[in-house]
Amino acid sequence: MTAAGSPAGSAAWGSTAAVPSIELEVVSFAYPDGTRALSDVGLRIEAGESVAIVGQNGSGKSTLVRHLNGLLRPTAGRVLLDGRDVRRIHVARLAGLVGLAFQNPDRQLFASRVSAEVAFGPRNLGIRGPELDERVQAALADTGLGAEAATNPYDLGYSRRKLLALASVLAMRTPILVLDEPTTGQDARGVARVRDVVARAAGEGRTVIAISHDMRFVAESFRRVVVMREGRVVLAGAPDVVFGEAAWPELGAAYLEPPLAAVAGARLGLGATPTESAFVTAVGRRRGGATAGGAGAE
Amino acid sequence: MSAGLVLAGASYRYAGALGAALAAVDLRLEPGRVVGVAGANESGKSTLCLVVAGLAPSVIGGRLDGSVRIDGVETAATRPHELAQRCGLLFQNASTQLSNTTATVLEEVAFGPCNLGLPAAEVVERVWWALRAVGIEPLAPRDPARLSGGQGQLVALASVLALRPSYLVLDEPTSELDPAGTRLVAEALARIAGETGAGILLVEHKTEVLAHIADDVVVLERGTVALSGPAAEVLADPRLVELGVEPPAQVRLERAVRAAGLEWSAALAEAIE
Repeated sequence: MTAAGSPAGSAAWGSTAAVPSIELEVVSFAYPDGTRALSDVGLRIEAGESVAIVGQNGSGKSTLVRHLNGLLRPTAGRVLLDGRDVRRIHVARLAGLVGLAFQNPDRQLFASRVSAEVAFGPRNLGIRGPELDERVQAALADTGLGAEAATNPYDLGYSRRKLLALASVLAMRTPILVLDEPTTGQDARGVARVRDVVARAAGEGRTVIAISHDMRFVAESFRRVVVMREGRVVLAGAPDVVFGEAAWPELGAAYLEPPLAAVAGARLGLGATPTESAFVTAVGRRRGGATAGGAGAE
Repeated sequence: MSAGLVLAGASYRYAGALGAALAAVDLRLEPGRVVGVAGANESGKSTLCLVVAGLAPSVIGGRLDGSVRIDGVETAATRPHELAQRCGLLFQNASTQLSNTTATVLEEVAFGPCNLGLPAAEVVERVWWALRAVGIEPLAPRDPARLSGGQGQLVALASVLALRPSYLVLDEPTSELDPAGTRLVAEALARIAGETGAGILLVEHKTEVLAHIADDVVVLERGTVALSGPAAEVLADPRLVELGVEPPAQVRLERAVRAAGLEWSAALAEAIE
């Protein structure tokens, strides 16, 4: 507390000041075959926010996040990082700012050893020697692939190839981390690993953006939820708002369903309980409140 | 008498692998039934799909011991193109399923039935039936290479359904689907099993889906069957968590409330229905 404001703790990315804000200004995008994927999307994501993007299949989620690292350029509108148009940011610089783990790992993996795969990204950022080794080890440990450094990526099952794709992006230690359906195909332990990765990155002050259909993961791991429908952002807010009863019609129109904990909480009149722990707390509070009221204590 | 897909003491080892990926698996899939398969990553679920569908060993090699019979016929003694008509397999990664040779979703879904040499009218009928079953008729004119991940997965599923095999082996068919798409596919599969009498083997991490439509559930652990039985029993089994399988939300909520020392009342039970 004496050293308030000291940047000593935030080693890898300097300080949180190095994490740029993201702003999409009325972004529209159409694929070459004419399919309109984004229509007038306006979205601002502050440095260090954790944001989940949800929506029906084909609602434009993957298209949207591919605008963040310059993989796609808007047909109209602008994408700004700290106020700078990403068109004007050199691709190599952008790669160091925004790490994107693809939905389909096979579009991303190409090396013949797991460790080489993970080293590729940071090496391209100019990292060498012990720091490179340290980053590779840390990323493999975070994704539970520590024992697979020498394995060929294609000898891993699909779920672990997905974790490898995640490790490859983690090793770049970008201030902005974008994950396209990171929990898909993961078992309970895999989902827990992904949850830990998100929590750690957010705890370090990085911006974490994830696309997901797993509403429990969304409610538990993210501070803000952005709902997309037919290429537009139709709803955005904290999980207790987006999964709250008042938002259900809008969610339903986007073909989404709140997590069961939220539904059960609303049915019981417990208020907003987007997560299972919030539900249990609310049940306990009601019971406790009833008991305390009976004893005349409250 | 011999109808059904039956594994008896089935063990399988990939070519060049030291250990067995499946060991002494017994499993029975009757026509019209849905058997769910759950298990941690790399517990053998996808291998089981390859073995059940007869792709292993007949196409990919390796060594199979024990017996895998489809309606009384050993898969090891059956040619791949004959197997393909009895048992349709949906791969985990939809992009490896699509042919990459067609310009539209309509043609993609027609690819299989055309290869079966069916008359054009029947191909058309089957294609629209399959597109309708998974709710993607509007995608018919689209380029399969330019679909979202979840849309691609639905196209791959429709392509398998259009073959109308007696048995369907589906390796995580809803993994990339939104909740509404997941519900739609689950209901379509339950209907297909009920109406066409197809037997469905369904690998799923989403245990809510299994709770909804599976008759029986098998849980694999390191290539062996760790749990099996009626879906409701298996999905409420306390060992599920240590086997790396997330119990359905209903089961989790009840457990969490009880673990907090609170009573699980009838009102709570009703609220999670």
